[in-house]
Amino acid sequence: MKVVHKLYILLWKELKTESRAKEVLTSMLVFSLLVVTTFGFALELPRDEVGKILPGLIWVTLIFAGLLGLNRSFVAEKQNDCLLGLMLCPIDRSLIYFAKTITNLVLMGIVELVSVPLFFIMFNYPMPQKTGLFLLILALGTYCFIAVGTFLSALAAGTRTSEILLPVLLIPLIIPVLLSAVLVTQHALGSSIAGVSLYLKLLATYAVIFTVLPALLFDYLLEV
Amino acid sequence: MTQPKNRLSEKLLAWFTFFSVWIALYLALVYAPTEKTMGDIQRIFYFHVASAWLGMFAFLVVFVASILYLVKKEFKWDIMAQTSAEIGVIFTTIVLVTGPLWARPIWQTWWSWDPRLTTTLIMWFLYLAYGRIRKAIPEEEKRARYSAIYGILAFTDVPIVFFAIRWWRTMHPGALITSSGVGLAPDMKPAFFLSLIAFTVLYFYLMNKSYRVERLRIELKTLREHFIGDR
Amino acid sequence: MIVAQGLTKRIGSKQILKGIDFEIRPGEFVSCFGPNGAGKSTTLKILALLSKPTDGELWIDGQKADTANPVLRRKIGVISHNSLLYNNLTARENLLFYGQMYEVPHLNNRVAELLEDVGLVHVANDLVGTFSRGMQQRLSIARSLIHDPPILLMDEPFTGLDEMAKHILNSILGKLSASKHTVFLITHNFDQGLEQSDQALILVSGKIVFRCQPQNMTQEEFRQHYLASQGAFK
Repeated sequence: MKVVHKLYILLWKELKTESRAKEVLTSMLVFSLLVVTTFGFALELPRDEVGKILPGLIWVTLIFAGLLGLNRSFVAEKQNDCLLGLMLCPIDRSLIYFAKTITNLVLMGIVELVSVPLFFIMFNYPMPQKTGLFLLILALGTYCFIAVGTFLSALAAGTRTSEILLPVLLIPLIIPVLLSAVLVTQHALGSSIAGVSLYLKLLATYAVIFTVLPALLFDYLLEV
Repeated sequence: MTQPKNRLSEKLLAWFTFFSVWIALYLALVYAPTEKTMGDIQRIFYFHVASAWLGMFAFLVVFVASILYLVKKEFKWDIMAQTSAEIGVIFTTIVLVTGPLWARPIWQTWWSWDPRLTTTLIMWFLYLAYGRIRKAIPEEEKRARYSAIYGILAFTDVPIVFFAIRWWRTMHPGALITSSGVGLAPDMKPAFFLSLIAFTVLYFYLMNKSYRVERLRIELKTLREHFIGDR
Repeated sequence: MIVAQGLTKRIGSKQILKGIDFEIRPGEFVSCFGPNGAGKSTTLKILALLSKPTDGELWIDGQKADTANPVLRRKIGVISHNSLLYNNLTARENLLFYGQMYEVPHLNNRVAELLEDVGLVHVANDLVGTFSRGMQQRLSIARSLIHDPPILLMDEPFTGLDEMAKHILNSILGKLSASKHTVFLITHNFDQGLEQSDQALILVSGKIVFRCQPQNMTQEEFRQHYLASQGAFK
């Protein structure tokens, strides 16, 4: 399938450029580690109380670390007008959006792999009982966040105040994701939350809507 | 050149707005009976609900105008989206201010995470974000296009936000009283409905005026460029 | 090869192009002059299928131009004043990337060949970020030619180049016109491109105000026409 091959090439380009520069990933990692540590100092709580806020802490940290990475994803294309180069290629423009989204997912995945276990270590909290659910919600929540975030970073990159603008645009849009993810995570960590499947369905619906809608709107964003 | 079209209907709109707002004020503040348990503060309710309805409606208009702009590329749709967003912020702010004002004396709490109020809060943030985009882009075509794109995404999010919060509040233990359970005595109905009508025409009146002002501003700019030269 | 009829472009409330018509036959070399803001870059973007005209029609190689058509894109190569290259990739990697995006066969050979043509073999494995502007522009030329497009669009490619780069670019332009590529060159400089041009256009305020065949006049005469056209449309 030619389309898949081209997507693969785009991904190769993305990951290669990032691996050379290494600035995005390292900033995200360092930031998330700093946050975990800061919370460790700032919150002196007995273990059962930590359990109540841990899901929230994790997700808020991931969102802010993610914002760092998202900001960069399209700003890099502005250098040397590379985005124009991509637009000239014989590909569907939404492929650019998908390639960027997948790249951001990979970066977030690495950050989560490192920082999430650290939360549990730092607070001496037992690992999640429902591991499968925990991994599922991490994946689903991250996807929803990144799908919208990548699109908005493309939008923000086209404006003058992109770094300040992106959080302002993104956070209101992902409130439902944050809410659902925190609740399901709480459930995965042991406290019983009613209606988990409802929240998962909401996230799945969100994922579909906010993959299709950006893909459709991406052409309008790139208009010259 | 914008001809003064529909002068008569605009005048009628203005007068109708004027009268209905006064009547609504009278009905809400004087005519309607004082609520038994809540007292006079309950009168805020009439304006609170009307504003909420208009805030939502204004956002719907932003959504539709944004789609129309992207499809047709006519600037009037962008103007419509922009003015509706500005007016929407006003109404939404009223909701957010009157909500706590009403809740505090009755339920001793400022903020209750009520689903509708909380959704309105998120909507308020979305409106502000929309405004931020517009401020961040000087080029008019790009500004119209980018804000239209965001307008579509933002409005799509609103129902999702509402359901998420509603499920959260109904299933999560410790949910506080919601403001939806306010019964309407027959004497209150005129005040309620007329507030709704008054605010609706107020919205259209404000839209009409703002739209005209924007249009004239753009025409002035075009004329200036034409006669004085490109800048 | 390229037929433009009544192209207009409106951005916001500004009418950038006010109806231009021209035809470029296969193998023709056309240069386009004009003051800033005349609409030259906008015209190029329309020709490059990046931008849709507000009105008017464009045919490329007999096909009606449609910005969504990938087949036509393969026939077009673009050189801009920006290099469109990735600073964090090497010269070779940049070419390999674009080559694969354009599905170029025997890519490795092609890349080697192009690197030699633009004189960058010795830095093939160096990051583009370390290149001088002249080197970047030379690589950009290689990038635009990787898929051997019959049509080449160039937007002021000589801007900011050192002598060596200008020399290489000129010789490449000569080769292109000799090898019957269809070229559309936007430039400010009468030295560059005019001698190879079969057709020259002057664009002012969104309209073509003058067209000629430069072979039939001296550079000085052309310059006079250019200055005159500025005055007429002030």
